[in-house]
Amino acid sequence: MTAFDTTVIEAAASPATGLSATLKHARHVVTGNPITGFSFTLFILLLVCALFGPYLVPYDPLATNTVVALKPPSLHHLMGTDQLGRDLLSRVVVATRLDMEVAIFSVALVFVLGGISGIAAGYFGGWTDRLVGRLSDTIMAFPLFVLAMGIVAALGNTVTNIIIATAIINYPLYVRIARAEANVRRNAGFVQAARLSGNGEFRILLMQILPNILPIMMVQMSLTMGYAILNAAGLSFIGLGVRPPTPEWGIMVAEGAAFIVSGEWWIALFPGLALMLAVFCFNMLGDGLRDIVDPQRRT
Amino acid sequence: MASIVLKRLATAIPSLIGVIFVSFLLTRVLPGDTASYFAGPAATPQAIAEVRKQLGLDKSLPEQFARYVADLAHGDLGNSLTTGRPVVAEIANRLPASGELTLLGLLIALTIAVPLGILAAIREGLWIDHVCRVIVTTGVSLPVFFTGLLLVYVFYFQLGWSPAPLGRLDVFYSAPPQVTGFYVVDSLIARDFETFRAAFAQLILPAATLAIFSLAPLARITRGSMLAVMGSDFVRTARASGLTPKTVILTYAFRNAMLPVVTTLGMVFSFLLGANVLVEKVFAWPGIGSYAVEALLASDYAPVQGFVLAMAVLYVALNLMIDLLYGVIDPRVRLEA
Repeated sequence: MTAFDTTVIEAAASPATGLSATLKHARHVVTGNPITGFSFTLFILLLVCALFGPYLVPYDPLATNTVVALKPPSLHHLMGTDQLGRDLLSRVVVATRLDMEVAIFSVALVFVLGGISGIAAGYFGGWTDRLVGRLSDTIMAFPLFVLAMGIVAALGNTVTNIIIATAIINYPLYVRIARAEANVRRNAGFVQAARLSGNGEFRILLMQILPNILPIMMVQMSLTMGYAILNAAGLSFIGLGVRPPTPEWGIMVAEGAAFIVSGEWWIALFPGLALMLAVFCFNMLGDGLRDIVDPQRRT
Repeated sequence: MASIVLKRLATAIPSLIGVIFVSFLLTRVLPGDTASYFAGPAATPQAIAEVRKQLGLDKSLPEQFARYVADLAHGDLGNSLTTGRPVVAEIANRLPASGELTLLGLLIALTIAVPLGILAAIREGLWIDHVCRVIVTTGVSLPVFFTGLLLVYVFYFQLGWSPAPLGRLDVFYSAPPQVTGFYVVDSLIARDFETFRAAFAQLILPAATLAIFSLAPLARITRGSMLAVMGSDFVRTARASGLTPKTVILTYAFRNAMLPVVTTLGMVFSFLLGANVLVEKVFAWPGIGSYAVEALLASDYAPVQGFVLAMAVLYVALNLMIDLLYGVIDPRVRLEA
């Protein structure tokens, strides 16, 4: 940890050299480990699908055509068609945006809420720490997916509420990390220096502590992205959140589930594979990011 | 030992209070008017007000909370809107189905993950370690409902080895006389091997789905913790004293590596309780998870609330047991407590 602390502090002290060194190291990690390189490529692909998906696909993802219903993969429909004759490839690609949106917004939300309250808990200690600790203990007392179900059921069946529920169940994790990282730095030399030169506590929190724990939090964000995607897909699989005609991976697997027993495997398989690849991509990226940020904790 | 149990029970109280409070909040404070739902779509404002008074929803929130807690103390979780039956009876009725599934899943996962993790640690960098890594990475990336569907496709549709994924027992069989509520155990007690075979055939695919899902964290933590212990001084000493590798690994290293594994078990159980909901939907398993999903889709709040509460209480109780298990595994924990 000490080696990591000094590199971070150096990076903060001299941004230019620190940044270029980090980039160099990042390039080394991406090219050095084939799996990280692969997942980085996958990430770019996901990004392209999310941004330009609707313009790239061959068919309208909502257009039904019962003449070609339930057709296995062919040259016309690379992933086959579903029970209403909709092109699965188009639906899988277009669904990327919605799934990414849910994951990104929920992770951003929990990063702000959990990150800031965690830092405050670790830095101030005392009643702030107890309050934040109690709150995350209460959330931890529930099986997390069950809590997410309950929250979406109570708040109402919308995509926004899936984002909120996913953020809430990830809250304890972010608090724990931010709290621990802020706690070890609360009396570090640079914090004392900032305090001596007349900075207020909140300014120290935002300008000194936050930038220092950002790298660790970024790793966590990448790792929880995968979990957020799984969670959202699970919720829509049981019929919460996203409503049927909308293309979304979880609900598409749910639609395909009814046809698995009669052998129409492609309806559930392709959205399921997309889901799996996206989660795999974020998990691997998270591991790769950890290698950049914290080489000592390599696995 | 008794005092340790009591002390640990006392620390679970704040969690339980939090759990009860949150499950109350989930239905009372958040939007959606329960009274107008109960009264039906065609109700007049007077009728809604009447229902509201009947349900006690016209009282202040603290009063409502007191009433809710008092009902809970009597074991009353309210009635389901759709079936009209008490939620407690329904949950108690369906709990064994979920329990059987979850426990078998956990058992399969443990019998595969722990030896795999140990092997990966003592053969670090060799092929078994890579196999372990591949399984771990795939395991965490696979959505649990997707794994279930894949298994159904392969073992039911393609190979025809397993029965249709429709519940706990084929329609041709009748449930064994209830002793534990677990069909597999009950049929053995009744010496009805035909029913045992049928129940087990229904159970194995959903249990395997849950096992695949929980394999990854267990194998990962076993490997990591074994690696740390194998590098420690007392293992070196044991080796230097000429003990056989088997004794060193199983008696010395493994027992010490168990603590993090047991801790992870609690987390894995939390995941499993959630995954249960999805797996029960895939396999039409009549457990509490599918009960909650049905209620959820019908906006029937009492069962959902009861389900969340039951799961949370189960989970708190389980963590309590795990803490006590620490003491059995590691006497130092007992002394500190």
